[in-house]
Amino acid sequence: MLSVESLDLFYGDAQALSGVTLDVPEGEIVAIVGANGAGKTSLIRAIAGMLKPAAGRVFYKGADITGLDSHRVCNLGVGQVAEGRQVFPTLTVRENLAMGGLLPRARARKTGNMERMLELFPRLRERLTQAAGTLSGGEQQMLAIARCLMGEPDLVMFDEPSLGLSPALANDVLDTIVDLNRKGLSCLLVEQNVAASLEIAKHAYVLENGSITLSGQGSQLLADDRVRQAYLGM
Amino acid sequence: MADGNARNRLAPVPFRGAGFAPGEHRLGGAAALVALVAIWQAISSFLGVSPLFLPSPIAIARALWRLIVEGDLLSQIGVSALRIAAGWSLGASIGLVVGLAMGLFTFARAAGFAIVSALFPIPKIALLPLMILWFGIGEPSKIATIALGVFFPTAISAASGVDSVPRNLIRMAQSFGLPFADIVRKVVLPGALPSILAGFRISTSIALLLVVSAEMVGAEKGIGAFVLQAGNLMQTDQLLAGVVVLSGLGLAVARAIAMLEKRFSSWR
Repeated sequence: MLSVESLDLFYGDAQALSGVTLDVPEGEIVAIVGANGAGKTSLIRAIAGMLKPAAGRVFYKGADITGLDSHRVCNLGVGQVAEGRQVFPTLTVRENLAMGGLLPRARARKTGNMERMLELFPRLRERLTQAAGTLSGGEQQMLAIARCLMGEPDLVMFDEPSLGLSPALANDVLDTIVDLNRKGLSCLLVEQNVAASLEIAKHAYVLENGSITLSGQGSQLLADDRVRQAYLGM
Repeated sequence: MADGNARNRLAPVPFRGAGFAPGEHRLGGAAALVALVAIWQAISSFLGVSPLFLPSPIAIARALWRLIVEGDLLSQIGVSALRIAAGWSLGASIGLVVGLAMGLFTFARAAGFAIVSALFPIPKIALLPLMILWFGIGEPSKIATIALGVFFPTAISAASGVDSVPRNLIRMAQSFGLPFADIVRKVVLPGALPSILAGFRISTSIALLLVVSAEMVGAEKGIGAFVLQAGNLMQTDQLLAGVVVLSGLGLAVARAIAMLEKRFSSWR
């Protein structure tokens, strides 16, 4: 569904990604794990059109989307739940959701989608008129996910969705992702929580210093000695 | 080595995670102020300080009361307040527009920062004579001086407020296809608001400072003129009554800004 082919990305002279190739098949959860600074967020941003890669291609549903503006990529059905949630703090929960529903591809069904989101995340209904900045971290993450789903994406890239959440809330968020995946959503999951993300991912990649160094089934990587040593401390 | 470690482990480490957290004490603050006034009163009453140089608080209060009831202190306050309001709104609104432009557009930023940094250090009261030559001795020259003084801090705080809006949030809004005007209104402005209000805090006190100075240079009415005149006539109690009014005015404005800040930062 989404495939990235030998992507190179630079910040000035510093190379953030080199020759990254990966594949997200339709209906699957694919995880990318790696240390801080490995290039996970850069990769997501390059796919989303927020950063322009120096070389390489990004294909989505067979079409070349390399270097498209982010709102075009979004409108094709590639959603993003950004690192640190990025909800609009001064806007209410309802306004945040409405923003997600602005995408042309989903605009006509905004009201219905909002209702669907509030059924999916009942906590948001209780907080509908509250400024998003006053929500708890877990609620903000739910809002960020719901806002993204308002744009009716077929594939969502989650950047560290459990960052800064308590273990229980982090589990809730990952459960939500598994649940959405069962309903047909394809997911690209970037996580610091290596064990949990490898458990729910069908396929996974290890990103180190901007390159893919290892890939395989999630369960396979979970059993790999190198992964266990480097990321699980075992 | 091992021995030393063992000894270190035995020594109890005192709890150090306290302090550095001065609390609030409402009564304490009031008591300090009351004590200050009381000491002042005692010095005036018992040490025989000449009321010409340091009138007692009671004398000042009496003068204040007399000026309000019999004199025209209220209309003097009104004149000054009007000048502040006009000058501040003029300077702040232009400063806001320029500052936001500086935060948003490359050209405005390059030109704006150069001009603002070059002119900001000028003590604006030094320009009053020029303003008088341009606009005459009446209201416009005073208002222009205040507006000039207010313009710069407002522009700077608005520009740096826009700078402080998280870029990630803006990128997010862009990816939803939000138009430029909406991004400014819904993401940039709310994010810049705390800094803009902090600028208002500074610019209102500058306006107060400038109105007094300008009125001392050339005005018949207004608190500044009143204080100067009282000084010339050696009416120290009236002079200090004017100062009390000024500090009240400053407090009132600061209070209003604080309320604005509270109102607009409720989401934090």
